[in-house]
Order: sequence, then C-alpha cells, then structure tokens
Amino acid sequence: MIYYDRVSKVYADSSIALEDVSFSVEPGEFISIVGHSGAGKTTLVKMLLAEEKPSSGSVFFESINVHEVPMNRINRLRRKMGTVFQDFRLLPQKTAYENIAFAMEVAGRHEDEIRSDVPHVLDLVDLGDKANNFPDELSGGEQQRVAIARAIVNQPDVIIADEPTGNLDPVNTFEIVQILKKINDLGTTIILTTHNKWVIDSLKKRVITMDRGRVIRDDREGKYIL
Amino acid sequence: MSWVTTKRIFRAGFLDFWRNGFVSLASILVMTVTLFVLGMTLFAGVILNSALSELRNKADVNVYFTTSAPEEQILQLQKSLQALPEVQTVEYVSAGDALAAFRERHQNDQLTLQALQELGDNPLGAVLNIRAKDISQYDVIAKFLQQQQALSSSQAGIIDKVNYFDEQHRQALNRLQHISDSAARLGLIIILILVLTTVAISFNTLRLAIYTSRDEIQVMRLVGAGQFYIRAPFMVEGVLYGLISGVITLVMFYPLTYWLGEATANFFGGVNVFSYYIGNFLLFFGVLIGTGVVLGAVSSYLAVRRYLKI
Repeated sequence: MIYYDRVSKVYADSSIALEDVSFSVEPGEFISIVGHSGAGKTTLVKMLLAEEKPSSGSVFFESINVHEVPMNRINRLRRKMGTVFQDFRLLPQKTAYENIAFAMEVAGRHEDEIRSDVPHVLDLVDLGDKANNFPDELSGGEQQRVAIARAIVNQPDVIIADEPTGNLDPVNTFEIVQILKKINDLGTTIILTTHNKWVIDSLKKRVITMDRGRVIRDDREGKYIL
Repeated sequence: MSWVTTKRIFRAGFLDFWRNGFVSLASILVMTVTLFVLGMTLFAGVILNSALSELRNKADVNVYFTTSAPEEQILQLQKSLQALPEVQTVEYVSAGDALAAFRERHQNDQLTLQALQELGDNPLGAVLNIRAKDISQYDVIAKFLQQQQALSSSQAGIIDKVNYFDEQHRQALNRLQHISDSAARLGLIIILILVLTTVAISFNTLRLAIYTSRDEIQVMRLVGAGQFYIRAPFMVEGVLYGLISGVITLVMFYPLTYWLGEATANFFGGVNVFSYYIGNFLLFFGVLIGTGVVLGAVSSYLAVRRYLKI
C-alpha cells in the first residue's frame, strides 16, 4: 500500500536527512518509526505527504508515485491520508467543530453528512461537549484529540501521526495511543513516529528504527531499542 | 464551482473577516488612506487643470489696425480668422470702443486726456483680440496674419501691427506655455508617485495580514484543501476591505468637500469641489469602490500564492 523505494534526501549544505531508505507498509498495519531527534523520522513522513521531495528514489501510495502528482492535484491524494502532528496544527480561528467540518468541506462532502459525522467523531474522541470551543480554549490533550478527529473524519486509508504525544503528559499520551489503537482495530493503517519508549513497548506492533537517516532495524513485533 | 462551495467560500471569508477583527480594522484603515489619496488626486487633477486653463486663457494676440482701415475689411478678416481650426474666439474692438477703453483706463491721468483732447481725431485703430484653442497654436495664426498682410499690401495694408511679432510678447507667450506645461507634468508625476506609494502600502498591509495566516494555509493544504478553496475566502476578505474602505472614503469626502467648496471656488479659479463631487459622484463611486475591490482581491490573490507552494 505504501512503498518507499531507495529514498534519499540531501539538503543543499550536503547534510543528509535520509539515506537509501526502503520499506513497505501493508494495509491495516500499525507501524512505529522510532529514533533520536534528527534521525529522519519527520522527513520520512513529509515525503509521503509530498511536503518534501526526495533527492533520489520514490514514494508510492496505492501505486501512485506521490512526487509525480502535480501541485494542483496533490490535495486529492492527501484526502486519503489523515495527519496528526506534534504541534496539533488546528486552525486557530475555527472552533473544534469547524476544524473537523473544514476537512469534510474541502473533500466536497455534503452539508448533511457534516452535520451527522462531526458530532459522531467528536464523541469518539470524547469531546462531545467541547464542539464550540476554539483551540486556545482547549488543553493540549484535547487539541490533539480534535486533530485526531479531523484526521479520521474522512475515513482515510492511512493515518500519519508525527510525534502526536510529544507535547503531552503520560495520561494524555495513554489516551491518544488508545484512540490510535482503536482506529487501527477498525482497519485503518497507521504510521506513528515517536521517541517515547513506553508507547512503543506497550503497542507490541511493527517497529522501524532509524539512526542518522538510515533504517537500522525493522522488527515485526518490536521493542524500543536505542 | 458548485453552489455549496460558493456558499462555503463566502461564509469562510465573512467569518475570518469578523474573527480577525483587529487585522481587518487595520487593513481597512490603511486601504481607506489609499483610497482617500486617490480621491484627493482626482480633485487635485481637476483643480490643477482649471487653474492652468485659466492661466492659458490669459494669453492672446492682438491685431491693431490702421485708423483708416475700413470696418468691413476688418470684419472680413475676423470671419476668416474664425474659420481657422486653431482659433477659439476673435473679439472685435472698434476704434470707438478702443478709445472709450483708453479713456477709462486713464481717467485719473489728466495730462493724457488733455493730449487726447488736443488731437481731436481718434488716434486709435480698431483691434482684433485673438484667442487660440491652445497656447502653442499662436504661431500658425501669426503666419496666417502675415500672409493676409502680404496679400493686401497692394491696397495699402490695413494692419498696423500684430503684437505677436514683438519679441517681448512672444517671449511672454512662450514662457507661459512652458510654465503651464511643466506644471501639468509635475502635477502628473506627483499624483503618480502618491498613488503608487499608497497602493504599495495597501498591498503590503494585506500581505502582512495574510502572513499571519501562513501556518493556517499550510494546515489547510495538508488537510487536503485545493488551492482555489484556500485562496477564495482570502479574496472575499480583501474585497470586503475594499468595499468598506471605499464607502468610508466616499462618506468622508462629503463633509470635506462641502467645507472646502467655497474656498476652492474662490482660490483656484472657478472649481467648487463640492459641486464637482456631487456632479461626478458616479465617477468617484466607480473609481474608489472599483479600486478598493480590485486592490483587495488582487493583493490577497498574490499574497496567498507564496504560501500555497506545498
């Protein structure tokens, strides 16, 4: 479903972010990418979103080479991927409800669907009573749950979570991981990057370990080894 | 574009406008200044034009006839002068009128009047005052008069003197033309600089306003929004800024021109800015609102572009 084919990324000042990375992800998998800061986890994820271009190699999503999709069509591909970031990245001028509705609006979904689906996903992440709050009125954990709700509302094929627990305390971290697990159980592929040992050890799923831009381990049922 | 999308774009534009209250206010204020300057240059242009044409109207060429010149020949010359495309008016001042005017001018100068009395006869000839449509056209008219003079030389010319052939008069005319030309040019340059500067400031303000939204634009892209769907609400906002600023400016000009109307009418030679404003309200409406809307839409369009490259 997702295939990284010998991807390298070298920046202009010849610092290497990724070096010859190849792996594939099957539908329904839950994979974690671990590594120290600067190991290339985020770069790897940005490649899939076409936020960055590789210096060589290619990234395929459902047999489409992501970087051959023109700028004005890339958004259609992105609608099939849900994204969650460490810094939440909610739209500050929109309420929780509107943030989620926005993702449905851009996908051209009908007004009726939005009215029925948004409260549903808000309930799913346990935020039914915060629908009309703006992001700055929510705690970090709540904001991240809104972000997850936004990521899943269009029923994407894959959820990309880039250090989603990086800014959260252990209780919120636990909740976010539980939600991601639940989503995975419902059949959605999940790519998670983290450097939280506890998260990896409690998941007992596939782990890809990165160091200085290279994949150094790929374990079926991995532990946090660094 | 479907109806639902249009509705969503407008709703998002209005909502952002309202929720970014302070940014909207600042943008409207700056844009109002721009439109105000633009409106002022319209007035300045009109005033400058009328003042310059007043100045140009001061120029004329006088043809002095000999005292013996028969009136019908003078009137004939007046007719043929009037037929010239360059000529605006030709005023005939008969010998009697010229004398009366002379007497009036020297009414306090007993010596001159006495001398005039001594002469008994009217020493003054008739005069034709010629006004050209444009100050640069006196040369053509003078040439025409020269020809006439040459033609009529056989029958003892009726023209005594054409003051255009005086070096002094010609120099004065040239200087007048030069002054009015360079004043017009200078006015245009100042107006252009002013307008360009304020437009640039407006444009930059909107760029800054959108700069504050650059992260949002990025998030919208990552959530899967199309380029147009992101850009359009910003353009709606820009158009709103323009509309509101345009209306504010139009309203502001009403008391301002009313207040300045009298003064400008007396000072700048005949243009009452208030009656000009009322008389040309549609022009002002079109220019100010139109500029505001176009400026808002185009600035937003361009400002969003750089953040869409993701």
